[in-house]
This record gives sequence, structure tokens and C-alpha cells, in this order.
Amino acid sequence: MAADSLTFIFLNAAVINNFVLALFLGICPFLGVSAKKQTAWNMGLATTFVMLVSSTCAFGINWLLTWLDIQFLRLICYIAVIASAVQLVEMVMKKFSPALFRALGIYLPLITTNCAILGLALFQTFREYNFLQSLAFSLGAGVGFTLALMLMAGLREKLELAEVPSVSQGAALSLMLAGLLSLAFMGFAGLGGSHA
Amino acid sequence: MSSEAQVQQAPVTPSFAMLRTLGSIATLSGLLVVLVYHFTLPIIAENQRIAIEKAIFQVVPGAVSRKDFIAVGDRLLPADSEGAQGERIYAAYAADGRLRGVALQAAAQGYQDVIKVLYGYGPECQCIIGMKVLKMAETPGLGDKIASDPGFLRNFEALDAQVDAGGAGLAHPIVTVKHGAKTEPWQIDAISGATVSSKAIGRMLNASAQHLIPLIQRDLALLQHSN
Amino acid sequence: MPTLPNQEEKVTLDTFLRGLWEENPVFVMLLGMCPVLAVTNSVRNALAMGLATTFVLLASGTLVSLLRKLIPKQVRIAAYIVIIATFVTIVDYTIQAISLDLYNALGAFIQLIVVNCIILGRAEAYASKQRLGATLVNGLGMGIGFTFALLCLGAVRELLGNGTLLGLQVFSDQFQPWVVMILPPGGFFVLGAWLLLFAWLRQRRERRLLEQQGASVHGR
Repeated sequence: MAADSLTFIFLNAAVINNFVLALFLGICPFLGVSAKKQTAWNMGLATTFVMLVSSTCAFGINWLLTWLDIQFLRLICYIAVIASAVQLVEMVMKKFSPALFRALGIYLPLITTNCAILGLALFQTFREYNFLQSLAFSLGAGVGFTLALMLMAGLREKLELAEVPSVSQGAALSLMLAGLLSLAFMGFAGLGGSHA
Repeated sequence: MSSEAQVQQAPVTPSFAMLRTLGSIATLSGLLVVLVYHFTLPIIAENQRIAIEKAIFQVVPGAVSRKDFIAVGDRLLPADSEGAQGERIYAAYAADGRLRGVALQAAAQGYQDVIKVLYGYGPECQCIIGMKVLKMAETPGLGDKIASDPGFLRNFEALDAQVDAGGAGLAHPIVTVKHGAKTEPWQIDAISGATVSSKAIGRMLNASAQHLIPLIQRDLALLQHSN
Repeated sequence: MPTLPNQEEKVTLDTFLRGLWEENPVFVMLLGMCPVLAVTNSVRNALAMGLATTFVLLASGTLVSLLRKLIPKQVRIAAYIVIIATFVTIVDYTIQAISLDLYNALGAFIQLIVVNCIILGRAEAYASKQRLGATLVNGLGMGIGFTFALLCLGAVRELLGNGTLLGLQVFSDQFQPWVVMILPPGGFFVLGAWLLLFAWLRQRRERRLLEQQGASVHGR
């Protein structure tokens, strides 16, 4: 696999350099909405969707800014575009798919301050991905985020039944779990480089 | 939350006031950013120049000045020529203005993420004379030895990179071999315990050298003098 | 618990100290976790990140506090985000000008200060309602509290993962570094361990308090 092939970019973002477990992007929702599998799944879906939309927007904005030679406004434009994209997605979803809106609605505002979204836009710019590569990257990031969230939710649901010392309840235990997951995901490293 | 007066007052805020406020904030922030950008731009450019020259003079020992060229298709052009877009290469010269070597960039997927290196090619010995890792995220203590392990770096003091008879590629492709199995001058002796990272270096050097070194060898006259 | 004062607050020592301990943004409020975990693999990176965040916190707080009467409620979040993004861009260029190595080590995480919830949270919950003086004092407290938390993580991770502190060798060559500590899992483990420690301290204090009360009741 070449480093710039679409499959590899997808796999890289999804498991090798998982956004949550290796790059620490989107930790807040990862710890906040991973108590139930159902909510975790919805949050993952909503985030993936917003990632695709904002990655496309960011690609266009970056092209425009480069063309006008005002890259120093990139960050301000990105954050403004992401905030508006989330609003737009919310409105469109409310109009055309009320069922989906009911399922994802409350998560959408949370996503604006999710650093995974801005991180995605910034990384795709730094790595100079073209349009298709950006799409593969954002899809991979979304899948990776959902995967991490679901794994965590599954573990935490089981852990509800276990007895733990009262000191370690809550965030401390979640972080230790996340550490173990992160350790497990390190095993995916080398997936793309093991051939010679 | 906030007092009721504000809640009641909220709907009557005219939209032009909102636009005015947002407009002035945007103008103010634009002004600030542009100011800082213009102030820091020369310093950043200088920092970048120092960083890249330090790397170039490290992979081409004995060099003190540089000139940039760009490989467009199968031609080399001076970097300042019109519309040149392509791989940038750095010709590095000794104090007397003679060409010491050429610094080239290469990249490939390593164990964790993409590894980027700068390596020096010496036309006199037709070999690679130095290598420096610019960017990597390899495992500390294992893969990251590719940047520091003295035994591994000794591979790149004289790594054979002769152009083949047809002038289209290398006579012997650069390959990484298992630790302690190096027998030929074009082989790289891997670090034991960091085979994937070592192989990535071999792969990227081979890919880059197969393409660029024949060009450099052919257009050596163009690169020969520093001015 | 985080307080959300509605009245303008008098500047006291507590305004400053709150951010350090009681309302420590990282250890108590669990905000801004991404940079806390991502850039704390060495003390140097942690310090740079803490200072950059403190600067943005103070600068954006100043502007928000000064403009608090002029910004209409409906567009306040948009205005805050633009203000914050401006200062982050400034920090981004300044760090590039100071040291490219540092800039490369921190990577995209400097620009990601924009979405650090601490800063927007302070702008919304504090700076938009308080005078400049109080905002600055509170922001400085929060910034130092955040930096302190980053250093707590950075020091442990660098010491165990690399055997050094601020790049200086601490342990002898015999020490086998726990490489995992400077890798991503180490970030989760060390932060988890700190939270455990703080939870334990809090529980112990509460239990002592309870025992004291019990003792005084028995005493009568």
C-alpha cells in the first residue's frame, strides 16, 4: 500500500492513528457520551456526518484562501465554517429527516467544540490531501471515532455490574480503560509499513 | 441564568446592531492577525532557512552554501525560474564554490506514521554521503533509533548509488537487509528490533534515488557552480 | 462545583486561587483534555502549551470583558469564537517565530487551542459578566491551574518514559525507560492516576471532617 492510496489513508485514520486513542482528538465526547452503546452509536454517526461535511467545506475554503494568498486567516475561517456547517446540518436534518434529527439532535451542538472536527480540517491541510484523499481521511476518522466510542461504551456497560473501589469511580476509571484500549490499538501500527 | 431584563431586551436588538458588532470585531481581528503576520513573517522565513540549511550542511559534509533547483518531469530547473512546480533539490557547495553534493528529500510510511528524511548525494563517489531524519513518529527506543543509532547512520556515509549504463535508474537498487547481513555497498544494514523503520528508509531512498539521481548525474554541468 | 457568578464580583485572593485548586480546569472540571493528553510527553512541550493557552485566555478575556456591553446576546458565541481564533493565530505565528522545533513538536495542537473548552467557557461564564480586573485575575488563575496540570502530567511522563526532566538526565544509565509513558496510552494512564490521587485525597478529607463532627457530637 502506498502512503497516499485512499485505502491506506482510510485505515490510517481509522485504526493506526485513531483520532481518539492515538491523537487524543475528541476526548470530551469520548468520556462524556460513552456510557450507553446506543448514545455512543448516535454520537458517532452524527460526528462522522459532520466530519464529511466540514472536511469538504474546509477543502474548498483552503483552496480559496490559497488562491487569494491569505492563508493567515485559515484558522478563523475554518472555525467559522465548521460552526455554520453544524448549524446548517441541523436545519437540513430537521426539515428532511425528523426521525434522524430526534436521534442526533442533541449531539449536534456538542460537535462544534469537538476538536476532532477542527483537527481533521487542519490535518488534511497540513498533509496536503487532494479532494478524494480528504474524503477518505474524514470517513476514516469518523469510523475510527465511532469504533473507539462503541468499544468504550461496551466496556463501561459491562463495568456497571462490577464492583470498584469508590475512589476510582468515574473519570479516573474511564481514563484507565481508555489507556488499555489505546495500548491495544498500538498493535495496529505497522499495518502499512510491514511489507518491504 | 442572566437577569430577566436581558431576556426581554433580547428580541429588540436590531439586526444592524448585530451586524455592526460582528463586523467591527471581524475587522479588528483581521487587523491584528495581519499585523502579527507581517511582523513575524521575515523571522519565520529566516528560521526556516536556518533549519533547512543546517540539515543540508549536515547531510552534505563540508558544504557552506546552497542553491535550490526543482525537478520538473525529467528536467532540472533553477528554483527561481517561472512556474517551476515539482520536487525541490538543494545543491550544496564548499567554500571555494565547488559542488560538494546534492541534498534530496524522501518520504515513506514507517511503522506509525510517515517518515521524512533529507539525504545527501555525492557526485564524486556516486554514492549517498549522509542522511538525516526530518520528521517521524516511530516508537521511542525502537524505531526512532533510525535517527540516532551510530551503526545505522554509518550505512549512509558511502552508500553506493551508481547510475546504470542506460542512465535511467540505479545500477543496483538500494535495499535494506537483515541486521548483520550487509555484504554489498548498496545494502543498508537494518537495526535489529526496528526492521520496519529501517526498511522504510531503504524503500524511500531507493524510490527517490531511482528517479532523481539519474537526472542529477545527467545535468551535473548545470549544478556545478554556485553562481 | 463551578460557580457562575451573575453579579460583578469583587477581586479577592479567591478569584485567583479558585482556578488553581477548587475549580482546576483539568483535575476538577475535566475540561480541555485533548491538549492535556496530547502534548504532555515532555515538560518543555507542556510548559509551552500551558503558557500559550494562558495567553489566549487572558487576551480573549480582556477583549470580551471590555466589549461585554457592546456585544448583542444573540451573536455573542460567534463573536467570542472570532476573538479567540484571532489570538490563537497570533500565538501560532509567534511560536513559529520563536522556535520552529517547538512548533513542530506541538503541531496542530496550537491551532486546536481554539476549541479548548476552557477558553470559550471562561469567556461565556465569566468574562462576559465581569469587570476587566476580575477577568484578568481569574483568567490568570485558570491559566496557571491549567499549566500546573500540564506540568504534573509532563513531568511524570518525561521522567518515567525517558528518564529525563526538561531534557536533563535524572536517572543513571541503568534505568530502563518505560517507553509506554511517552506513547499515547501513557497519557491516559498518568492522567487517570492523578485523578485517582485527587479523588483519594478528597475522600480522606471528607472522612476526617465527618469523624471530627462525629467526635464533637459524642463529646457532648
